[in-house]
Amino acid sequence: MSVLPYLVAGWICVIGLYGIVTSKHLIHLALCLTVTQSSTYVLLLAVGYVKGGGPPIFKGVKLGTTAVDPVVQSLTLTDIVVSVTVLALILALALDVHDELDTMDPDKIVELQG
Amino acid sequence: MSWVLPLPVVLPLLGAALNAALDHVTPRWLHVAVTLAAVAAALAFAILILIYSMSTETLHWFGGWHPRSGVAIGVVFAVDPLGAGFAVLACALTLLALLYSIPYVEVETRNYDMLVSVLCGACCGFALSGDLFNMFVWLELAGVAGYALTGFDIRRMSALQGAVNFAVVNTVGGYFVLIGIGLLYARTGALNLAQIGRTLAGEKSSGLVIIAMTLIVCGFLCKAAIVPFHFWLGDAYAVAPAPVCLIFAGIVTDIGVFGVGRVWFTVFDAPFGTHQRFVGDALLWMGIVTALVGGTMALVQQHLKRLLAFTVVCHIGIMLVGLGLLSSKGVAGAAMMLLGHGIATGGLFLAAGLLAVREPARWTAALWFCGAISLIGPPYIGVYMGHALIDDAAVELGRHWVQPLVWLAGALAGAALLRAGAQVFLGLVDDYDHGIEEDRDGPVPYLGAISALLVAVGLVVSLIPGLTQRVMRGADRFRDRAGYADRVLHGIPMKEGAHLPVVLQPTSTASLAYGCGALAVAVALAAFAVRRPDAARARVFDPVVWPLRQLQTGVVGDYVMWVVVGTAVLGGVWALTLR
Repeated sequence: MSVLPYLVAGWICVIGLYGIVTSKHLIHLALCLTVTQSSTYVLLLAVGYVKGGGPPIFKGVKLGTTAVDPVVQSLTLTDIVVSVTVLALILALALDVHDELDTMDPDKIVELQG
Repeated sequence: MSWVLPLPVVLPLLGAALNAALDHVTPRWLHVAVTLAAVAAALAFAILILIYSMSTETLHWFGGWHPRSGVAIGVVFAVDPLGAGFAVLACALTLLALLYSIPYVEVETRNYDMLVSVLCGACCGFALSGDLFNMFVWLELAGVAGYALTGFDIRRMSALQGAVNFAVVNTVGGYFVLIGIGLLYARTGALNLAQIGRTLAGEKSSGLVIIAMTLIVCGFLCKAAIVPFHFWLGDAYAVAPAPVCLIFAGIVTDIGVFGVGRVWFTVFDAPFGTHQRFVGDALLWMGIVTALVGGTMALVQQHLKRLLAFTVVCHIGIMLVGLGLLSSKGVAGAAMMLLGHGIATGGLFLAAGLLAVREPARWTAALWFCGAISLIGPPYIGVYMGHALIDDAAVELGRHWVQPLVWLAGALAGAALLRAGAQVFLGLVDDYDHGIEEDRDGPVPYLGAISALLVAVGLVVSLIPGLTQRVMRGADRFRDRAGYADRVLHGIPMKEGAHLPVVLQPTSTASLAYGCGALAVAVALAAFAVRRPDAARARVFDPVVWPLRQLQTGVVGDYVMWVVVGTAVLGGVWALTLR
């Protein structure tokens, strides 16, 4: 098993976080959140990968055939559903901010501080 | 019995789905009735589950996927008394919040009711689940409903700010949890808590497990708003509608602490058992810092709900202190604190919400001061029992310095509440801007009665005979990893315990003294701040709090940076100490 997918997952996670921290635009921020989230896909799929494994569909397949782990795939699927909801919500909030203030800068929406 | 277990989760979600399906068809009273009936039924079943769980773990394997020879494949709801108690609290507080909302929330009531039901179901699911990934899903579901409810009042910019900050920080925390779960799955091939714990128990701890633990714990601590992950909370709770704040303060914040306890005592206790003091001490220190930061920040707030938000931070910190002591008494103290704090703070949020309906009156002032005193915890009032158990646990471990710090933090938050009460409700300061800008209509006696009920229960929660003993036994079960695994994976029933007395739990003299002292300090500090506000601000508050206020920038990027830094530091500390 190669270590490369784990490095890639770590890298994607870190650049996503960097984007969130430095973001000056709410839609950019939401997309950076998605980038961070993609690292979890890479990680989960790497965890379940089996060398030479086929898709985990066992109908009409010989017993003992190697297949990749179906659990992580369902985790990824659930993760996608959950995160799309969050993304939709943040985009909706961003639209409201734009309607109110005509800006998308997270620094400009600060009303409460200290 | 097993079929009852999913009901506290299913019923609120079903109610929400029904309301969504019948959108625009049914009149308002019908969808309110559906929501109330669903949550009330969930409450009844949660109480039933609590009663059953006292004798042994009740299990529900979804789809009939029972474990074979001790290997779990399916998803399980495994309920212990603390989890079931948490579900009862969640349903009860949600029911009261919904009743309060009927006249209080006037726009988009259908969507509002749906979101609140989903929040309730998700919190119950988190408390009852025995599967790590399942917990993550409930956590995210509760999160999404929470973000939407925070931004409910979208006409106000501060509500949008609060919702964006809440959503982004907690989503990042959620991804950390998920990455941790992925790593644990890679290591153990299991998602069931008992199964992961059992697999890890057989091996030496490794760097991978340390990283997984750091990520999962930090993700949960983001939800719990522990320093340095706490910044979003003040922004979010200040702007959510008052009844939503009741749910947030009472359960949604606390699921973070509950989650840390759950994963530690079922999973990570195994590989790090011999080094557990390093984990416990890290949590203990984070808890103490959180409690002190929350208390100090509360002192300087003008906005009433934001002030309450920082007292929530303070008390969540105290709960984490109890958990960080890692003993049964400490966990029981955290649970009693959760109960007393959730109810009393909820009552205070509702009392603050009353200001949107009418001018402060004498009886609202009385409500406010009763709630504030509950949160300080003089002997046998309000959160006292939680404090006393944490004191005992700290002394048993020889950590005497924990007591004064924790009581001081509680007293600071209490002083903030008393000061605000004197200024807002007794009108000692002219033109005080309490920040409750909404202008709503509603039957004042009805709304007042609900807040009074919460405040009254909050006052007497330490006095309920027999409760503390049962919580302590529940904490024993919560900590018992091997027994939990036996019961979940092998279905071995628990041995019948000795009958518990229905009496008041005696507490140490030190706790009694600290309780009186905390009340005295809080009253003195509040009196000083009210009498000489300028001197108090210039000499005491501003110099101490100035750096803390500078950090609370309100910009989401800064908050996420703190999350990353906090996670890296905690991971570094554990990487060095847990080897």
